[in-house]
Amino acid sequence: MAHTNEFAFKIATANGTGSASANGLIMQAIFRMGIPVTGKNVFPSNIQGLPTWYEIRVDKRGYTARTPNFDLMVALNPATYEKDIQEVRSGGWLLYDSTWPLDTRLTRPDVTYLGIPLAEMCNATFKGPRERILMKNIAYAGALAALVGIDTGIIRTLLTEKYSRKPALMDSNQQAVDLGYQYAKRHFDCPLPIRLEPMDKTKDAILIDGNTAAALGCLYAGATVGAWYPITPATSLMEAFKSFCLKYRRDATKRNRFAILQAEDEIAAVGMVIGASWAGARAFTSTAGPGISLMGEFIGLAYYGEVPAVIFDVQRAGPSTGMPTRTQQGDLMLCAYASHGDTRHICLYPADPREAFEAAAAAFDLAERFQTPVFVLTDLDIGMNDWMVPKLTWDDSYRPDRGKVLSPAELDEVKSFSRYLDVDGDGIPYRTLPGVHAKGAYFTRGSGHNRYGAYTEDGDEYVDVLDRIDRKIQRAARAVPPPIVKTAPGATLGLLTVGGCQAACAEALDLLAREGIAIDYMRVRGFPFVDDVRTFLESHEVTFVVEQNRDAQLRSLLLLETGIDPARLESVRYYAGFPMSAHHVIAGVKARLEKAA
Amino acid sequence: MTYITKPPVHHPALQKNAIGLTRRDYEGSITTLCAGCGHDSITAAIIQAFWELSIAPHKVAKLSGIGCSSKTPAYFLREAHGFNGVHGRMPALVTGANAANGDIIYIGISGDGDSLSIGLGQLCHAIRRNVNVLYVLENNGVYGLTKGQFSASADPGSLSKKGEANTMDAIDGCLLALTLGATFVARSFSGDKGQLVPILKAGLAHKGFAFVDVISPCVTFNDHEGSTKSYAYAKDHDEPLGEVSFVPFFEDIAVEYEPGTTTAVQMHDGSKLYLKKVAEDYDPTDKLAASRLLHETARRGEFATGVLYIEPDKDDFLSLLNVVDEPLASLPLERVRPGREALDEIMESLR
Repeated sequence: MAHTNEFAFKIATANGTGSASANGLIMQAIFRMGIPVTGKNVFPSNIQGLPTWYEIRVDKRGYTARTPNFDLMVALNPATYEKDIQEVRSGGWLLYDSTWPLDTRLTRPDVTYLGIPLAEMCNATFKGPRERILMKNIAYAGALAALVGIDTGIIRTLLTEKYSRKPALMDSNQQAVDLGYQYAKRHFDCPLPIRLEPMDKTKDAILIDGNTAAALGCLYAGATVGAWYPITPATSLMEAFKSFCLKYRRDATKRNRFAILQAEDEIAAVGMVIGASWAGARAFTSTAGPGISLMGEFIGLAYYGEVPAVIFDVQRAGPSTGMPTRTQQGDLMLCAYASHGDTRHICLYPADPREAFEAAAAAFDLAERFQTPVFVLTDLDIGMNDWMVPKLTWDDSYRPDRGKVLSPAELDEVKSFSRYLDVDGDGIPYRTLPGVHAKGAYFTRGSGHNRYGAYTEDGDEYVDVLDRIDRKIQRAARAVPPPIVKTAPGATLGLLTVGGCQAACAEALDLLAREGIAIDYMRVRGFPFVDDVRTFLESHEVTFVVEQNRDAQLRSLLLLETGIDPARLESVRYYAGFPMSAHHVIAGVKARLEKAA
Repeated sequence: MTYITKPPVHHPALQKNAIGLTRRDYEGSITTLCAGCGHDSITAAIIQAFWELSIAPHKVAKLSGIGCSSKTPAYFLREAHGFNGVHGRMPALVTGANAANGDIIYIGISGDGDSLSIGLGQLCHAIRRNVNVLYVLENNGVYGLTKGQFSASADPGSLSKKGEANTMDAIDGCLLALTLGATFVARSFSGDKGQLVPILKAGLAHKGFAFVDVISPCVTFNDHEGSTKSYAYAKDHDEPLGEVSFVPFFEDIAVEYEPGTTTAVQMHDGSKLYLKKVAEDYDPTDKLAASRLLHETARRGEFATGVLYIEPDKDDFLSLLNVVDEPLASLPLERVRPGREALDEIMESLR
């Protein structure tokens, strides 16, 4: 049976051998053929030597969730043969380096073995150990081109674009591609039944990772100060911001219209963000769970002192150091109520890089409008993997919402200024920036203060301010991006999810619908939850809450915030560190339905 | 309580500075510290220094951490924005603020617990970055708000109020600052306003991180016999390097001195710092000499006061960041947003 434009393959190599560029080449070539494609990089917390995998899913319908089984395995790492062979579907193929005899661990009667002497060919063709290793990877890309039918003209174009300034590299890369391609053509019946046919489904799309997209959001939102401490998987966000700034934010005299501060730790990073925001800049930090834990005290200060701050949490598997190169949604609770005392924070939950771009830009408006920290929660899968998403667009008429900041002229007019007075009755006071006007002076403090900004230990005065802040944050529920809802005719069941589970849920719901199981869908995109969330839960007998953490944190948030009967929320969780697959959702739904039957 | 403000009515005969303000215009609310606290003398010196320099109060931002010393920004410059942050983390706040707006004059107030224990890391890195701030460490060797625990600046052998002897070596903030590449290092004594005021003025004029450690006795928990941070001990063991005088760039005053008796330092903004030598031939631009002096005086149980080290022309934080002259905080939209065409171009590169 032929599977045209609907299959998945996986490449197993060792870290640090240069396979990333071969895998990127394959991804991009398929994308340029107009075929929807997703890549998932499964990498170790290591620089060189440990096993690494790259999974490519081609799907003409546009599904992007991770698949658990693969039609084709490129098994180039003997250290993982035993595991890799198990992931090939029955009737699938395994490509190995036949420079050496077929390993005894690679014997499954239901798998076809494709041996290509990659090392032997590359050793004969290239000089120097490094080049031989690198070109071996490019050679398997050439072999794959023949085996699944990747357009070699596109590969040539991509290599030309990439190595336009290094013709020697261009030549050796092309030579390696040809080696693999010709060998496969000569020895196998190419293409295999899993094959590519050109489509036109990618012309308005891009391939981008969420960290790059979020960095672009910061650039377009006008963020000028970024403070951070390096941490996987958030590092590439600030690095992308820096490279965009170097290109688009430098004066003719090479002076910067941005400042990137690599702090001594995450505590300092968020402190710098708060200091810069207090002084009037749009400032942000990018981190992961361990960083949020460290930032806790400062986050409470910004909440209570009402200072804007934008914090990106690219979630990874916790607790503690956990699995830094694996994905999870383990910080939902942590971010919603970060810091000691009564706190509650605005959170945004993008589902893919495009939404990460939009959420990044929106976060600055929300932070300044509500004068409070705003979290943008993505995860390693969204942040570091290449996703096919519609092109990002920008409306030049957009004007940032800098919130209620009194100008020097306004301060001239007013009789007096009180920092925490609810003048407009919307819970949001006016603020002033330092260095602007004598009448605007006030004291920002994390200690008890009254509505006039003065220190207080008076219970009533303290409660007055604390309650107003609560009203203010509650009001933000209507300002965060609204939930995405998709109803199914006749459905009595609901499914509610968040962030990167979107891909698995969308595919699962389609598959379940085909079996006659109709389920209404809601994906929350912001916290605090808007009333529609409670209404959705109340209007379904049972709602499946799908998320990627052990403790059902989204479900807990829903229970706490909506007061819904716990018996009506059925938890579906997957938290082993890989992106969720449709079958995880389906299994969870069916388990409940079977129990009820 | 700190929110009590003094009546704004001034005596008409009060002396005015170059911008028409009296010292009272540089005050804040009434102190809530113990009567006789060294920190209140430092507050008075800060008020005097700003007044003498004719700095408009609203052009200043005053930041602090947590502790007795960190309360003091409420007691000066009521027309300046204040930020009382979290314990030990004022350096991060002032670093961020400095990056956002370099046109503001920053003063950071901290204590020995705030700077040398919980916030030691942040202090070190703010020094390394040469953040443009006058950083005043009000040093009393003790945790006051939590009632009398030793701090990291307590000298070995110094006795607590309960009679317990401190066993560990002290962290000397000035030595630390020197090691980390600080560009302005000074030490003074809260009881010596004549020396402290010109040091603070020079610190404000300095472009970069000006570290001023001020021995500031705690009258309640560390002013007893056996303490090396008491008033009596400080008065007996203060070793001034000599007379410090500061002439701001806007004052055309020629200071006359006999050759060889005084070191004159030209500050980055054109101001001049005159350091009259006493006992030995001390060069405040010689880092090794400063280090030797601190070690030697510490060995004798004494502390040298004055401007210990100055490097007036080293690149400060904003120069190192290579940012434009206008504050990042107030750049107009068109200077920070690349526009739609740029995004289209980026999109093409992602195909």
